[in-house]
Amino acid sequence: MVRLVREAIDLTSLRAALLRPEDGALVVFEGTVRDHARGRRVCALEYQAYEPMALKKLEEICDRARRDFDIREIAIVHRLGRLLPGQCSVAIMICAAHRAPAFEACRFAIDSLKKTVPIWKKEYYEDGACWIESGD
Amino acid sequence: MTVRVLFFASLAEAAGTEAVEVAEPGAATVASLYERLAERFPGLKPLGAACLCAVNREFARADSPVRDGDEVAFFPPVSGG
Repeated sequence: MVRLVREAIDLTSLRAALLRPEDGALVVFEGTVRDHARGRRVCALEYQAYEPMALKKLEEICDRARRDFDIREIAIVHRLGRLLPGQCSVAIMICAAHRAPAFEACRFAIDSLKKTVPIWKKEYYEDGACWIESGD
Repeated sequence: MTVRVLFFASLAEAAGTEAVEVAEPGAATVASLYERLAERFPGLKPLGAACLCAVNREFARADSPVRDGDEVAFFPPVSGG
């Protein structure tokens, strides 16, 4: 399941939609907006996506994760628009029978997202703004 | 032939637009299309490490062909997450 949303990411609903009795592990990664970057204070972030391609690339990451790791299900939700420090910009949720492949698949998914999914962030500072190009 | 060109993030700001329709007289590649776009939008950075490309929503290279009706997107390296 992949989604691009403009409102707060609802992890409770996502968990209810994803988790099944046969699962023994549920791993969640949340990326959150940090209030500083490159030595500057960050007031807000704005996320923009090439939406149809981003959805396609997110689906590819989920397909690959299901194929390469022993997990049952994976969901990736990325928020777009303007976010404030402390807010969640991306959530990855993985359900598996056992924890080890769930952790591994989660790491794979966020690392892949940062390399291959056409989403960009613009950092807003007290005195300006800047598009960030390439991940950290 | 006509292609739909999209710009994102800093590329959209450099071009001053997010989408344009481009009429190409003959056979084209990503690089030849971009050359014509750079004449029209002088703010664009050179195609390469700082400017990536996708044709029909799949990553493409400078020598990838561009055909009638394609959707061609130019954007900086991604920074989501």
